[in-house]
Amino acid sequence: MGDLKESASQTAGPYVHIGCVPSFAGLSGMYGGRDLGASMITYGVIGHRIAVTGCVYDGDGAPLTDAMIEIWQAAPDGTFGMDGFSSWGRQPSAADTGVFTFDTLKPAAIGNQAPHIIVWIVARGINLGLTTRIYFPDEDNSSDPLFALAGARADTMVATATADGYHIDIRLQGPNETVFFDV
Amino acid sequence: MTENLIKPRDLDWHPQPYAQDYRSTHLRAPAHARLHYAPTSTEMTGPTFGHGMLGEHDDDLIVNYAAAGQSAIGPRIIVHGTLRDEDGRPVPDKLIEVWQANAGGRYRHKKDGYTAPLDDNFGGCGRCITGEDGSYSFRTILPGAYPWPNGGNDWRPAHIHFSVFGDGFAQRLITQMYFEGDPHIALCPIVQSIPDAAAIDRLVARLDMANTVPMDIRAYRFDIVLRGRSATPFENAMEGT
Repeated sequence: MGDLKESASQTAGPYVHIGCVPSFAGLSGMYGGRDLGASMITYGVIGHRIAVTGCVYDGDGAPLTDAMIEIWQAAPDGTFGMDGFSSWGRQPSAADTGVFTFDTLKPAAIGNQAPHIIVWIVARGINLGLTTRIYFPDEDNSSDPLFALAGARADTMVATATADGYHIDIRLQGPNETVFFDV
Repeated sequence: MTENLIKPRDLDWHPQPYAQDYRSTHLRAPAHARLHYAPTSTEMTGPTFGHGMLGEHDDDLIVNYAAAGQSAIGPRIIVHGTLRDEDGRPVPDKLIEVWQANAGGRYRHKKDGYTAPLDDNFGGCGRCITGEDGSYSFRTILPGAYPWPNGGNDWRPAHIHFSVFGDGFAQRLITQMYFEGDPHIALCPIVQSIPDAAAIDRLVARLDMANTVPMDIRAYRFDIVLRGRSATPFENAMEGT
């Protein structure tokens, strides 16, 4: 029974919204009218609430307006099961600007890893979901093992501060191509 | 934390990021190879979903968007199978989401302008959660093939998109299911971006007469495999309960 191989990936395609964020896709009333992963803070706010915005750019510098983004992160208490917080979020990139927004809580450090958010990107033209991380400009990331792994490209994972949180630009190609991981 | 509890992914088995014949990859495939590291607690954990979040007809695309007493147009099918990991273990209690075109090959999406008409009674999405034995099942209609802009005379084989969660976020997978005997499978640049014919064959559902209901609905079997992982359960947050 140990000889099975993982099912091969295929692109999520341009219509991923129908299956994963049907209300965004215009399927009114589907699944109670509430897209899964839309709300990460389920009651109250424990810790530091942040808006994490971002945009994914293709090799021409054009924003991806048809992507779906999922994030997974530790809670402010360093666990993945804090009451009132889901640790998991899912958002489409906006159909006009390509910007995605997560209303979330700032994660805590875990062991020798600096505070971070895993980002998973699927879209038309992406054959296997792309995984990267968001790190924070106001944290000490120098001892995080992935910073050593990424070397000079590690800066592509560091968000910039905004008025109410952080912003990350994710570039699929070009001189500042974001670091993606096989993990 | 340093122990690798999820098996490494075989990137030669998956479709390559840049596929010459699949035009959309040209500006979206990263040039650098993915950097490998062993999963940490962040990748070994993941969201969980309770059966309580499901509506009565979430797993029935024939009726879940239809007006009362109506149903979607098209050949009626059951799609079912088992979710396992590479060690052969069933993976219970995992969310599977599906989406597809209607019987004419048209998606209910503002970016789909194909000539084939929408079906008022078909939305095109469904979801279910695997049972204790890893089994899943839903009812739908056979999706149609459709043309797509790729620079030539390109038609997608009939297919259903699958989004699957595992125990750890590193097991997260999106794929597509095809239908046995479809000649478009061999012609499709998206399918053929998978280098290994055996990997493609695994994405092809088989007609399953044993589970076909006489005078009612045909069955297709499609088994899904996630990366192997530790048998140790993780303490995860529960979504949507």
